[in-house]
Amino acid sequence: MRTLLEVSGVSVTFDGFRAINNLSFQIGPAEMRAIIGPNGAGKTTFMDIVTGKTRPDEGRVIWGDKSISLIRMSEAQIARAGIGRKFQRPTVFEDQNVFDNLLLALKKNRNPFSVLTYRRSDEDARKVRELAEEIGLADQLARKSGELSHGQKQWLEIGMLLAQDPQLLLVDEPAAGMTVEEREHTTAILVEAAKTRAVVVVEHDMEFVRRLNCKVTVLHEGSVLAEGSLDHVTANKDVIDVYLGR
Amino acid sequence: MRQSFFARNPSVVIFLCCLAAFTLVVSLLSEGAGTGFISTSFIKTLGKTLCLCLIAVAMDLVWGYTGILSLGHFAFFGLGGYMIGMWLMYERTRDIVVSSMANAQIPPTEQEVVDAIGTQIFGVVGSSEFPLVWAFADSLVLQLAMVVLIPGLLALVFGWLAFRSRVTGVYLSILTQAMTLALSLYLFQNDSGLRGNNGLSGLQNLPGVEASQAVVSIWFLWASAVALGLGYMLAAWVVSGKFGSVIRGIRDDEARVRFLGYSVEGYKLFIFVLSAIIAGIAGALYYPQAGIINPAEVAPIASIYLAVWVAIGGRGRLYGAVIGAAFVSLVSTWFTGGQVPSLDIGFYRIDWVEWWQVILGLSFVIVTLFAPKGIGGLFDLITDRVRPDRHGADYGPDKGSFQEAEGRE
Amino acid sequence: MWRILAALTAFLLLATSPEAQETPVQDLLAQNRDLISESSRRTIGPAIDAIAESGLPEAQVVLQKWQNREMWLRESDGMFFWAEEIDRDTLRIFDFDTGDDLGEVPDDDFDQIKPNSGIRALIGAALVRFQLTDPNPARRRDALQAIERDAEAAHLEPLRASIPDEPDPAIRAKKERLERLLTISFDAYEAARLEAIGDVSGDISLDVRGTLNPLLQTRRKVVEGEIPGTDNVARQLTPGSDALPRAEAYAMLVDADMAPARVSDADLMNALTANIDGALVGGVPVAQLNTIEARERAYRALMAEDIVPPFVSEEEIDTALSTHTFYDSYLERSTAVTDAAEDAMTAITRNVGASQAIDLTLDALSLASIFFLAAIGLAITFGVMGVINMAHGEFIMMGAYTGYVVQQVIPNYTVSILVALPLAFAVTFAAGVAMERLVIRWLYDRPLETLLATFGISIALQQIAKNIFGTQARPLTSPEWLDGALVINDVIGISYIRIAIFVLALIFLCIFLFIMKKTRLGLETRAVTQNPRMAASMGINPDKVNMLTFGLGSGIAGIAGVAIGLFAKVTSELGQDYIVQSFMTVVVGGVGNIWGTLAGATMIGFFQKGVEWLNPSNTLAAQTYMIVFIIIFIQFRPRGIIALKGRAAGD
Repeated sequence: MRTLLEVSGVSVTFDGFRAINNLSFQIGPAEMRAIIGPNGAGKTTFMDIVTGKTRPDEGRVIWGDKSISLIRMSEAQIARAGIGRKFQRPTVFEDQNVFDNLLLALKKNRNPFSVLTYRRSDEDARKVRELAEEIGLADQLARKSGELSHGQKQWLEIGMLLAQDPQLLLVDEPAAGMTVEEREHTTAILVEAAKTRAVVVVEHDMEFVRRLNCKVTVLHEGSVLAEGSLDHVTANKDVIDVYLGR
Repeated sequence: MRQSFFARNPSVVIFLCCLAAFTLVVSLLSEGAGTGFISTSFIKTLGKTLCLCLIAVAMDLVWGYTGILSLGHFAFFGLGGYMIGMWLMYERTRDIVVSSMANAQIPPTEQEVVDAIGTQIFGVVGSSEFPLVWAFADSLVLQLAMVVLIPGLLALVFGWLAFRSRVTGVYLSILTQAMTLALSLYLFQNDSGLRGNNGLSGLQNLPGVEASQAVVSIWFLWASAVALGLGYMLAAWVVSGKFGSVIRGIRDDEARVRFLGYSVEGYKLFIFVLSAIIAGIAGALYYPQAGIINPAEVAPIASIYLAVWVAIGGRGRLYGAVIGAAFVSLVSTWFTGGQVPSLDIGFYRIDWVEWWQVILGLSFVIVTLFAPKGIGGLFDLITDRVRPDRHGADYGPDKGSFQEAEGRE
Repeated sequence: MWRILAALTAFLLLATSPEAQETPVQDLLAQNRDLISESSRRTIGPAIDAIAESGLPEAQVVLQKWQNREMWLRESDGMFFWAEEIDRDTLRIFDFDTGDDLGEVPDDDFDQIKPNSGIRALIGAALVRFQLTDPNPARRRDALQAIERDAEAAHLEPLRASIPDEPDPAIRAKKERLERLLTISFDAYEAARLEAIGDVSGDISLDVRGTLNPLLQTRRKVVEGEIPGTDNVARQLTPGSDALPRAEAYAMLVDADMAPARVSDADLMNALTANIDGALVGGVPVAQLNTIEARERAYRALMAEDIVPPFVSEEEIDTALSTHTFYDSYLERSTAVTDAAEDAMTAITRNVGASQAIDLTLDALSLASIFFLAAIGLAITFGVMGVINMAHGEFIMMGAYTGYVVQQVIPNYTVSILVALPLAFAVTFAAGVAMERLVIRWLYDRPLETLLATFGISIALQQIAKNIFGTQARPLTSPEWLDGALVINDVIGISYIRIAIFVLALIFLCIFLFIMKKTRLGLETRAVTQNPRMAASMGINPDKVNMLTFGLGSGIAGIAGVAIGLFAKVTSELGQDYIVQSFMTVVVGGVGNIWGTLAGATMIGFFQKGVEWLNPSNTLAAQTYMIVFIIIFIQFRPRGIIALKGRAAGD
């Protein structure tokens, strides 16, 4: 199988605390992957490393067909290279309406000068509306995103991610604080997205992970503890130990 | 959905109309127009106020829209003033020198004229040589170019350094303050080449212009008004489109914008340099009306006042910045000019010249605490638009982000 | 028995009468009468020596009176007296040998001996030997000081002679040292001078440098061809070098009449103006004379007519310079002495450099402690709490004014300072608490708004201070025991007040560490700043903790204000001068860490002093470069010298 992202032997230390310890991870294009693990397992730090927010002390992060190293790249460069990230807390631009939020995320030239002279084409407006349709916010386009409900904001953020048209989506706890129906909708969006691109979901909620129906990687103390189907990993003795305590 | 720029931004049209009407009325009432209802010195005050409004617009771009609280924009303002001041002073002195040398029996050489100008200008700092920075002082075109280039360049270098290392929030504010402090200390030195604490003077005299100050003041009023109008339109255009969307995103949540693939540093740098250039132009129009520029103008306090104007006017809206700058600076002039009668409260006589700064300071605290939308917020009562209710939470995690009360209209 | 007594009395009476008494002084003076009355500097020497070396106890008095123009000669008999002028015509005369008052006499018969200044100096030198051996140590010290101030060759011998009998060891050491210096300057024997120079080599005292420098004085000379062998050459100079610019070299030639004078621009103009003929000068139209070339052309035309002195061309100047040798020659003839002096000076310069480095370090340390003192309050409010208080400088100012007010009430400076310190703390603590309650607590997590609101308070406080105390600087006087300086040698010195500030800074550091690490308040403060919600749920009242911590930071600013007021002018702008530096100290050091603040203050202090050392005349430049340096420094260590790392630092 072709690999889209390959993380190998990565370690990172904060003031003596080893948040990530010799972590290796691979994902292919058009694959859905769930990462689970107890608090402090290094899930968020892992995402920080991939998206360039944190520089690892050692190890390699190789991306895409051309096998570029992501380690020296800035967050913006990595994002432009095709990695989208959704944060734990919904972060949308609350002062701006849904349409502007999506338009901002739409894959376009990010250069300040071309943005300055950008004129919205009918094509772009159509794309935004399609995306809004996909995430179920078609009738909310003119609303300030700050007014949306928690779940709607999560969707909007996923929508913004999709608008970037990334090859890899990193999604941090998308279902936190959602109602059951909202979760189902979220699952549907993610599953749909995974058909054309790689999606990595970090989640606590086993029910949600089960619904995603994908390969699962268990992190513990900064390295991979187990990998496989959800049933496979939940049967793993180490995993049980970690989750339930000895 | 596509409309013309003005149709999408009705406030720009209203603003431009108000500005034009104001300038016209003031011109007609001036001494220069013969009516004389308004004194020339007050015309100059109004012209200067327009320049302050222009730099307030620049400040609003960086602070109100991009969330960078720059406490150093008067450095750019002052540099713009110095650049034009060099030409004005050089040419003016040249006129004087040439006319005084015309009586000599043997005509002077070029070098002798230049030396004499040097002696005239730098005599106060015990020198007569032209420093390198005056290399282009004899060329109006080049000095005008430097009005734009020098502040732009300083902003570019400083901004690149500061944004590259991701200094944000208060740290950046302190750093910008340090920048303007460093500049003013540098200019205070006699060997800075800009006459130390004497500064440049006599700038109100346009070389080769015979017209009286009454007329010249009207010219400058119009020039300032045009610059303000153009600057306002430029700023409104920048903030209205997708670019505005990006920088407001940076203000509220910088990291999110970065993860969307925008190079936040590039955008900040763009806005910082643009606003520095606007500030430089504003300064270049201000100081010929003020007549004198010295390093104290660049001191950090001036830039903090600028932030005060924008905050009192209401940040994040261009007309707010203009109103804030005009209102506070005019009221300041009124109070500190000693025209307000003292108030006798029995045991103490309140002299407003002495107490104005106290009032200003305290009113600023009150605005920050109770009316973060500033004076501009009053307009929301008319337009009555609704903003999201965030139950008191801020719009974003960043320190420069809008507060609940600012956003809600 | 009675006869014996009577005889004794008679003898005594006889002894006191002038006729019967021996008069050695009078005799001595009489021997030298001609020399004394001639009063010529060239010939007076033997007379002075005769008196000084006579060994008579009265010799000192004679010389003093002579020097003070109080010696008179009775014309009628050639006797010398010293006298006081009663009025224009009357003198009260005294006998030199006995000191007896001989009564008032008209001055018609008396001639005043009026030594000129040269003679008086010679007498003074002779007197020195008496002063150097005076029984009173203070007098001896004065004499040494007088010699130090104005040394002469004549002092050397008496000084040497006085050393072996000197009882006081301190004065003896002084004498020996002075003897070395005088030997360098005046000894007749080269070997003795060389030895003395060797003895003082490396001594950085000003008097040593003052002694050696004249030896190394040079005169600039020019000769045609080779340097004469009689000159003690210091260095040869090339015209056109930095040491000897071309124009200066040629001017030397002109002064020495070795070359024709150059026609200056002014001369040229005058010559042209004087020779305007209609609209032409030397055939060139006047209107065209606005270039150097045209003027030279016109001048050469005049030159051709022999109306004006010849124009010296650049080539001629070059030729003249190349045929002459320029050099600096020592005034001191002995090569060995100048070489030794050069060596000694090199050693001295090296030692002076070392001392200056130490002095600079002390200066930098004291500047650093001032920065630290000004910033330590901020290290609490800004560093620990994250509150940016632009009015911090005004708290410093309030502290200083509190000190001033206290001094108005309590006149004793020591007591007033001791009262002022706690009072300043109380005043600014109260102000800080009030400000926190009224303004800052509404703006936690909104640092930019805090910045602007506190700035509003800052300008209000400044203006209020101006309204109350006026714009002129108010004195805050330090107690006498803080006056003066600790002088280690002629280069290293540090004023006590700076030492006090350094000590105060150390005390504050300890207090800070104690409060933060060892007290309940410190624990709670750290808890509240790290996680207010968690702290609150553990029973800590964050409001109270914030209030107290802020008050503490402000109170320390007040105490710092008293300290700063002692050496700076107390004005309403006092705080403003320190606020930016203070913030930068905290930022450069690393927020949230007192050691960082210390490191920041040290770095800024040392850097500023370092730049001042490179460019001593310009403290403004030092500050400018310091700020630029800080801006660049932040590039490389955005979180300061001592940075918190990882997630705790917050993004």
